Amino acid sequence: MKVLRRLDVDVSFPEDQTCCGQIAFNGGFRSHAADVAKHFLDVFENEEQVVVPSGSCASMIKAYYRELFEDDPETLERAQAVGEKTRELSDYIVNVVGTSEVGAASEGLVTYHDACHLLRELRVKEAPRNLIGGVRGVELQEMEASDACCGFGGLFSVKFPEISTAILDEKLKNIAESGAGAVVANDCGCLMHIRGAMERRGMNVRAMHIAELLAGESA
Amino acid sequence: MAEVKSADFKKASGRALRDEKLQHALEHVMEHFVGARAGIIESDFGDESWEAMRTRAAAIKQSTLEHLDYYLDLVDRSVRRNGGHVHFADDAAQANAIVLDIAKRNGVKTVIKSKSMVSEEMGVNHVLEREGIEPVETDLGEYIIQLAGETPFHIIAPAMHKTRQEVSSLFQEWLKTAPTQDIKRLCVYARDALREKFAAADMGISGANFVVAETGTVCLVTNEGNGRMTTSAPRIHVVLAGMEKIVPAIEDLALFLRLLPRSATGQRITSYNTFVGGPRAASDEDGPEEFHLVFVDNGRLNLLRDRVMREALRCIRCGACLNHCPVYQKIGGHAYGWVYSGPIGAIVTPPMTDMKVARDLPYASTLCGTCKDVCPVKIDIPRLLLHLRHKVAEGALGERSTTWMERLFVGQWHSAMRSRRALEGKANLGKLLTRPFTRGGKVRKLPFAPMVNGWTASRDFPAPAPRSFARLWREELAQDDTRSNGAERR
Repeated sequence: MKVLRRLDVDVSFPEDQTCCGQIAFNGGFRSHAADVAKHFLDVFENEEQVVVPSGSCASMIKAYYRELFEDDPETLERAQAVGEKTRELSDYIVNVVGTSEVGAASEGLVTYHDACHLLRELRVKEAPRNLIGGVRGVELQEMEASDACCGFGGLFSVKFPEISTAILDEKLKNIAESGAGAVVANDCGCLMHIRGAMERRGMNVRAMHIAELLAGESA
Repeated sequence: MAEVKSADFKKASGRALRDEKLQHALEHVMEHFVGARAGIIESDFGDESWEAMRTRAAAIKQSTLEHLDYYLDLVDRSVRRNGGHVHFADDAAQANAIVLDIAKRNGVKTVIKSKSMVSEEMGVNHVLEREGIEPVETDLGEYIIQLAGETPFHIIAPAMHKTRQEVSSLFQEWLKTAPTQDIKRLCVYARDALREKFAAADMGISGANFVVAETGTVCLVTNEGNGRMTTSAPRIHVVLAGMEKIVPAIEDLALFLRLLPRSATGQRITSYNTFVGGPRAASDEDGPEEFHLVFVDNGRLNLLRDRVMREALRCIRCGACLNHCPVYQKIGGHAYGWVYSGPIGAIVTPPMTDMKVARDLPYASTLCGTCKDVCPVKIDIPRLLLHLRHKVAEGALGERSTTWMERLFVGQWHSAMRSRRALEGKANLGKLLTRPFTRGGKVRKLPFAPMVNGWTASRDFPAPAPRSFARLWREELAQDDTRSNGAERR
């Protein structure tokens, strides 16, 4: 909110919003997902532009609503219209607002984790890196295999916790070896996963949403 | 048919994770395959041309599948014209009966086999053994796992989980060779043992990487030359193939033979591309006297009939999706419980075998999408996994098989997400319930929720924020909404 306002974007928060429905959709419960997705469309349909702070939610809306409503042409049309005006936060700032400098400042080495859906569904790769590079006092330090999955996968992380954690171990190792003081990601799922394990293990690295980094003002 | 053990996925994957030797092998081999593939594509084609090749290959395979009846008929006529026989088997049992019948009619004692995944589906080795016929795998990896009494660990590297020490022990036990750690030496032992079998065998069984409809040619891609021996030395050659192996014309192989080895092992070209045109002609010096092509359905029609799942039949069994899958990289192939493993195994096993038994497999993925990006025939694996999950959760009664916890969770979620008021009500309840277990904004363990415990075994869970963003918005942020002071809208 702070970042967007700093860029003179007129932001609103439709208060009746809840969820895009991905969690049920990925679980196979499509009728439940469709109800919630329709609520999402009701809430956001009349907005000019929808900015989502999470890559997987954005890809649900932009890519998977097509699948969800394939047998419901009327809703499909609405979903496509909303999908077209939906952007993930970093993609929006860099490619719609048109800047990589948001007037933020922080310090130290920051590494970036490519969230799977953001990278492989929406193909957003450079925008967040440009934004991190644009933060005064911060240096982007790439980790090994930044595009490898963190093992979250929503339901997967609780259905198969052992496999999920084994995949996460790889990610944590790469984060630690990068030497960065913070890892930034643009997906709330990955962040909850990575942060949850780093805190449990007492790792001295911060897991930050890109908005947190961009909102920073103290150098 | 080979036994389906996919119901044990969770336990078996846990065992794999705790097997240090296996973990070491996985790390080593996966790194090799992934690196080799990326390097060769980069140096030979670049992303753009590679992408165009994948698109074309996907289109060729898809259109063949859409007109499969036509192409099956065309293959049938081509093979007959070449002097061979074509058989159609509905399932593993029928296919085994066809093979056995051919063997018995010809008084076959020893069968040599080159690698065939369909034969793994059929479990044909057991059937032959039961009738007193000796089947011998001649692909080195397959030979090793045959001696060990196991199933393939990987589509193209069936024995990658075996160390040289283990192979040496197997050879000592079965071939009575001296112990050695020297891989070349071990290869010589295997070669010596297999040469005798090649010379003695009356029948060769091979798979098919491609079956060319127009010419009736069977194309085999191998690295050891065993495919060529299997298809030329014995009196009888039997090909086992899924009907999805058909490509229309011989020219199509120019494309597929570029895609397959690069995707599979990162090789520019495989060591032996073998093209078999049927039994020997009067003018040929060698080759089999009889040639049989057996098309095996064994559940493939279940894929073909399903408009969404059909594209899974484009698969050319390169194994790239396995090599790049974060889940396969951790647990390997055996946990999947049947013949095919990794992402492709997760999508073909449930429809080809039994949705109920294999219901965990569509969920055994983080949906990270890497498999889709590396697939040489562009199978949209995540989409197919989601389609199967839908069947498990909401499909016909025979397929529906979620746990009560999952249904409870989704029901609660559904009622919470219908409106903001409902959501805040549930969120407040959540806050109340988790408060006793919250320390410093973290939940470390929740005693009443088995699903959450899966998470908290290794990870903290963020406690609900004291104030939701919606409340924060209402109470503070909305007031400084720039809309009210007329700032420019974007």
